[in-house]
Amino acid sequence: MGTTASQLRKDLLSEYQELTFLTKQEIILAHKRFSELLSKEDRNVPTPRVPMEKVLSLPELKSNPFRKRICHVFSTSDMKDGSLTFEDFLDLLSAFSDPATLEIKSHYAFRIFDFDDDGTLDGGDLEKLVNCLTGETDDTRLTTEEMRQLISNILEESDIDKDGTVNLSEFQHVISRSPDFVSSFKIVL
Amino acid sequence: RAKEKERKKERDRKRRRNVARRASSARKEGKELEDRPGREERRGRKKRDKEGKGKGGEDERQEEVKNDTVAKTLKNFSNENTRKLEQKEIEVVGEEDGDTEEKRKNGRSEKGGKREDNGRGETVEKKQKKKRVETSAEHESSEEEEDEEEKVGEEKPEVLSPEELEKLKEEVDERKKLISTLRGKPWPMRKKLLTLRESHEFVEKYEGALGKGKSRKLYAYKVMMLKKWMKFQRDFENFKTACVPWEMKIKEIESHFGSSVASYFIFLRWMYGINMILFGLTFGLVMVPEALMGRPYGSMPRKTVPRADEANAMDFAVLWDFGGYAQYSVLFYGYYNSQRAIGWLKFRMPLSYFLVGVGTVAYSYMVVIRTMARNANEDGGGDNNSFNFSWKMFTSWDYLIGNPETADNKFASITTSFKEAILEEQESRKDDNIHLTRFLRVLANFLVLCCLAGSGYLIYFVVRRSQKFALEGLESHSWWERNEVNMVMSLLGMFCPMLFDVISALENYHPRIALQWQLGRIFALFLGNLYTFIIALMDEINLKREEEEVLKLNMTIWEASLYNGTLGVNSTAPPITVHPADIPRGPCWETMVGQEFVRLIVSDTMTTYITLLIGDFLRAVLVRFLNYCWCWDLEAGFPSYSEFDVSGNVLGLIFNQGMIWMGAFYAPCLPALNVLRLHVSMYLQCWAVMCCNVPQERVFKASGSNNFYMAMLLVILFLSTLPAIYTIVTIPPSFDCGPFSGKSRMFDVIQETLESDFPAWFGKVFSYASNPGLVLPFLLLMVLAIYYLQSTSKSYKQANLELKKKLQTQNEENKKKTKMAALKAAMDLEEAQKAWSEAPRQQRNNNASQQSYTGEKNTVTGHLVSSFVFVWYLKI
Repeated sequence: MGTTASQLRKDLLSEYQELTFLTKQEIILAHKRFSELLSKEDRNVPTPRVPMEKVLSLPELKSNPFRKRICHVFSTSDMKDGSLTFEDFLDLLSAFSDPATLEIKSHYAFRIFDFDDDGTLDGGDLEKLVNCLTGETDDTRLTTEEMRQLISNILEESDIDKDGTVNLSEFQHVISRSPDFVSSFKIVL
Repeated sequence: RAKEKERKKERDRKRRRNVARRASSARKEGKELEDRPGREERRGRKKRDKEGKGKGGEDERQEEVKNDTVAKTLKNFSNENTRKLEQKEIEVVGEEDGDTEEKRKNGRSEKGGKREDNGRGETVEKKQKKKRVETSAEHESSEEEEDEEEKVGEEKPEVLSPEELEKLKEEVDERKKLISTLRGKPWPMRKKLLTLRESHEFVEKYEGALGKGKSRKLYAYKVMMLKKWMKFQRDFENFKTACVPWEMKIKEIESHFGSSVASYFIFLRWMYGINMILFGLTFGLVMVPEALMGRPYGSMPRKTVPRADEANAMDFAVLWDFGGYAQYSVLFYGYYNSQRAIGWLKFRMPLSYFLVGVGTVAYSYMVVIRTMARNANEDGGGDNNSFNFSWKMFTSWDYLIGNPETADNKFASITTSFKEAILEEQESRKDDNIHLTRFLRVLANFLVLCCLAGSGYLIYFVVRRSQKFALEGLESHSWWERNEVNMVMSLLGMFCPMLFDVISALENYHPRIALQWQLGRIFALFLGNLYTFIIALMDEINLKREEEEVLKLNMTIWEASLYNGTLGVNSTAPPITVHPADIPRGPCWETMVGQEFVRLIVSDTMTTYITLLIGDFLRAVLVRFLNYCWCWDLEAGFPSYSEFDVSGNVLGLIFNQGMIWMGAFYAPCLPALNVLRLHVSMYLQCWAVMCCNVPQERVFKASGSNNFYMAMLLVILFLSTLPAIYTIVTIPPSFDCGPFSGKSRMFDVIQETLESDFPAWFGKVFSYASNPGLVLPFLLLMVLAIYYLQSTSKSYKQANLELKKKLQTQNEENKKKTKMAALKAAMDLEEAQKAWSEAPRQQRNNNASQQSYTGEKNTVTGHLVSSFVFVWYLKI
């Protein structure tokens, strides 16, 4: 597989370097990892796509509660099936890389949290988000009363224009103050 | 968006050109363009304004109007088209003739540079002709490149007046900016790639056109160099990241334990870097020159093992204790000679020694403070508690976690933090049993103070005892008695924190606050221990100095006796040579201090490693294998696996560093030892963490307390340089060892250098500058400057707060306004709908007035559109 895997054109490589926050080594590594995910027949297709299930099997994403959302957000597939091309994959890694700016990180974080893709975080999105964060098991779930309280508290804090939802700029405003966000919103191959 | 616009422009231009060619044969073909009339219109108008050529088109339009059969609503568009066609025609003519007025004006200045481009452009145009049919309808961006080229061929002859040049330049700059910020755009890669290529080509094409004649070449050269430089920078950046050690190890830990544990290892790596530099300084400027160029071993008393110790100077036990040959080597202060310049380089050894000592401290200060400042900048300094819940919600997941077990722990900890936060919010006002908690807290602090005092006393007692042992001679005592001090200090450092942990259970603080208390207490403990140790050392130094005084007297007697003994035999004989090992020597207190520190570091390192092996590894092994035959679940129950204690480890590292700073002046080998230690612990701890620790149940983010640790490091740095500087400044150096022997104070070496190595005026200037009359005002000025800066920063903060308030009120106002607007829009919408429903009736009634109907329809649709826009805006 080595010969087919490492065929990343030089000019393309330098362009990728210019367009992402990744270094050359990281891009090459990403390409290697991506090629490993591809099945044999896919390799000959000009722009192969890796189905979402395979991307989710990466150890880096395996235990992430937002893994499906991440795939959906970065996928450019027309079928909305969350499958990724190599370029989508690079976009993902770039946004989650260490030197990426707060702005781009928060933008993608917002889209990941926006479960229904309607451009705002409403009550439903927040509830799903809380459920993602507290895990699947019942003993860690919050009760409905707690959930209601929590969501109302969050909206009280971050919904500046009081329209009942958190929009992108409000979200970024909140996130930009956070001391931990940039350091924890990272995925490294 | 800018890119989109650009593409549109290009398409327009091309289309226009194509149309212009056809226009001469069939003018009516302009209708073909109606699919994009708005853009055409815009473009056409712009062109007309710019070039003032619309006149011809005006006449044509009137002609057109007569035989126009298109509906009135479309009239404008077709007018625009035809107008443009006319204008285009003129341009084409101008192109062929080559002497339009504008052209003539600009042509002169550009002729030199433009010729080749024209040629190139024309060939491209020819190619383009074949594709004309497809390109006129094309929407794919894959043919963007051809677009570009065609544009070049087209643009060159017709534009490039000065203001357009200016415009072009602006556009090129814009493109460049776009290229540099492209990676920060949240677009999919395909879009970014296209934009990048397009912009690159654009910049390449037009950058050359900006300069003229000779300057153009220079410009191209400059651009090329800039490109090369950028590439170099990128490669260098890649190289730098490739050089960072242990990246993969840390990454692995990150994915297993999250960012907090990894932050310890990053801190460790940072420490390692600093120690590397300290090591480089001492090794390169002190140890190596002395070893290579100084007088060799055995040439002087200070460089020779004394006769009494010679027998077992090579024993491992002695060497392990840093006695024997280790003591009389470059590793310690006493070995260095006070000769002013050594070797063929005339290396100023004592000066170098002094400056390196000062330099290590200065460098450490600089690095720590710079890192602190950078951390403070990253924090942003916002208000802390206003987004408590939102932060918990949006930023609590650590995306680095790749281990299911850690993920489960994280879920649990997030849930508890949510629940706690909700509870806190609910019970923020009612505070039951405050007296009990207060009492318990006071009690806990009292207990902690007792512990601290006890440990302090214990250390003092042990150090005094060890001095007594040392006076009696070490051989008569057991191993424990000889190593008592270090062992007691290490054991205290190991067990007291556990005790504190138990005590802090009394206090019932919030875990985050409890952690800070715990850290503060451990800090106090370590500090107390270190300072008792230093005080005891001071006592010892004074003892040694008394001993030295006695010895100095004895020395003169001994010399005199030696002299007298030989004098009797032959008065003209050469002065007798005594082997340096036989000459009596003073107890070099500096070496003694250095040795103490080195021993301390070594024993500390050993205890750390041993506790790691026993506490973590052995425990893990026992739990793992005894679990098969035990009556309760060992893994989940009582002993369990150990957690990685981030804060304790960080503190240990900080104190270790403090000891290095303190002792490095008297034992130049300390940084080297520390580098070794950090290197080993990097591997050992990485291994231990991966194989025998479990992820923490309560996961605290370390990043928030990053500056907390840094502040501790700064405090330690200050506290550890204090005694070192005190000894350097106040205690006279030993008379027969070290680079400063024979001077009354160590810093006299500066004076000496100034006097003998610099011209006289320099010394004078220096003495003036160091005059208290000058230094004091300078200090005052600095203090004032600090005060000023602080007050300005305070006022900035104030202003920030004010702005924030303003923003909030403005937001509220905006909200009100938008609500009002929404109401209005809704009303408008209703009206519009009414009008809409009435319109058909009108039509039935008034068949004749078609014109008015269309007009009304227009207004109604306009209304509708505007109200929709309002509603849509509100939604956003």
